[in-house]
Amino acid sequence: MPVSDARAFCPGLQTRIADPAGDTRFLHALRRWATRYCPWVGIEGEDGLVMDITGVAHLFGDEPLLLADLRQRLARAGFGVRLGLADTRGAAWALARFGEGEAPPGRMAEALAPLPVAALRLEPATATALQRLGLRTVGDLTATARAPLTRRFGPEVMMRLDQALGRQPEQVTPLSDPPHYGVRMTLPEPIGLQDDVMAGLARLLERLCAKLQAQEAGARMFRLTLRRVDQDAQEVELRLARPLREAARILPLFARGVGEVEAGFGIDQLRLAAVQVEPLPVQQVSSVPQGRSDQLGDLITRIGTRIGLENVQRFLPADSHIPERAFLIAPAAWSEPGGPWASPRPRPLRLFPPEAIGGTGPRPPARFRWRRMALETGRATGPERIAPEWWMSDEAWRSGLRDYWQVETRQGRRLWLFYTPQNPGWFVQGEFP
Amino acid sequence: MSADLAPHFPPRRARVHEACGPGMTGFAAMLAAQLEGPVLWIREYWRPEALNPLGLSDILDPSRLLVAQVKDQTDALAVAEEALRDGSLKLVVAELGEPLGLTPGRRLQLAAKDGRSTGLCLISEGNGSNAAETRWRCTPTFDPEGLDSTLQHWDLIKNKSGTLGFWHVRWDREAHRETHRLRVVSAPGERPGAAHATG
Repeated sequence: MPVSDARAFCPGLQTRIADPAGDTRFLHALRRWATRYCPWVGIEGEDGLVMDITGVAHLFGDEPLLLADLRQRLARAGFGVRLGLADTRGAAWALARFGEGEAPPGRMAEALAPLPVAALRLEPATATALQRLGLRTVGDLTATARAPLTRRFGPEVMMRLDQALGRQPEQVTPLSDPPHYGVRMTLPEPIGLQDDVMAGLARLLERLCAKLQAQEAGARMFRLTLRRVDQDAQEVELRLARPLREAARILPLFARGVGEVEAGFGIDQLRLAAVQVEPLPVQQVSSVPQGRSDQLGDLITRIGTRIGLENVQRFLPADSHIPERAFLIAPAAWSEPGGPWASPRPRPLRLFPPEAIGGTGPRPPARFRWRRMALETGRATGPERIAPEWWMSDEAWRSGLRDYWQVETRQGRRLWLFYTPQNPGWFVQGEFP
Repeated sequence: MSADLAPHFPPRRARVHEACGPGMTGFAAMLAAQLEGPVLWIREYWRPEALNPLGLSDILDPSRLLVAQVKDQTDALAVAEEALRDGSLKLVVAELGEPLGLTPGRRLQLAAKDGRSTGLCLISEGNGSNAAETRWRCTPTFDPEGLDSTLQHWDLIKNKSGTLGFWHVRWDREAHRETHRLRVVSAPGERPGAAHATG
């Protein structure tokens, strides 16, 4: 129903933009909470949970008491829920959405009979077609001959009916909890020395790395939270240049961060979490060197703790004839060395933003001043015409075409000059070795 | 024109050297080409003169290069010291804008000795540290004969363990092995037959 129609029915209607991703996240959180009733909890569609309470109802008294408890707790948290309880998953689904209530054990056919056929989890088109045939309720469907219905609608209708009535089994698939990479340690007496913190951290790391090892994962980022006696908490973050799970190698990398912590009256709780985790499969040890060495990765991490991991960079080739865009700069921690590198024309070693010099005409000036130096052109090679990339707007290339010249001055400097014929002017953009 | 360049270049390992002059970037790149393995290049991110990997590709493979962008000289020196001491890099190049004192220079020297890697500071003229092992002034030179456009004048202006000297070198990008591309040549105007060429 469009919003305008809805407003016509209900003038005071308030609307919010739908957030399906947020709803899914919330549903997963609710799923985790629901494991307080039973271990088998799965997600049902986009808006439901399915719980297999076989053998747990007596822990809460009996089934109605469990339902009442569930409803009461959720109502206290501000949720309106619809609950259905039955012997089969299909019947519970139907009751929750269309009847709300409890089907007595073994008498599902009676409980489902008055419900519309849509309660059988059928496609909307099938449900409509069944209604047009006069089969409005589940009871009508049960009473009809099966073979003609299967011929007319395919096996799905009968399968759903059988699942709801318990003639065909259907399992609840519980979602497994994602592994939690966090460990903590509470101390009976506060500590303040750097060595003590490192010793505690070593024990935490050992436990965390065992977890990572079991999941064949490696951590990219750690967060160490140190809670002080005065309830203040200090955080130390460590970002790694490559995923790691060896405690002995990670521990020294923490030294710099732990050294900066203000211990105050002492620290009584340490909590270590791997915030970013990447899969790190076990690799065959071989004598052939593969890619980057571990030592270099550790060095990048150590440098990264000082200047930021994204500031250790490497060059990657890019496909562009614009000199400034012919390469990419990527953080070394998240990229592999790339190649091949080849420039069809000589390119300067240093590039800088264009600096204007005096000069007129399409030939390089015989004498010019650049950075307070008087220079005299000895030899000029060119022009090499580079046109701006029309599919990208670039502020620097507004002046249009550029004719590049390699100019060797009699003073020695070898410069990369360009002339813009559409907006006459001369600029220096680079220097050759 | 001094005698053989070979005893002086590549300069001594496990020491920190300095280069100044307008051709210092080329000097650093050519030194990196003589050594193997990854190279760390430390620069202050706000300086406008960026390295161009495509220009570098004539001299060495840019995929060997790691660039550390730092905010000031203190960070540059700290990163250089860390990298030199680690020893997994054969060459660490640091672009320094401010004068380098004796203490930081000496610290770099000790770190290089620990890690057995070579350090090179690119300094502006007169800003060097007394602790440096050698200091080179590199100036590109105009070659009137026009053989190619890589002629440079390298002047060894400080050497703690040897004599000073100066050389004219050029980069031969056609040579097969990377380490053989550096050619020592005569100064322009002193070559046989130069009288005819220049008139």
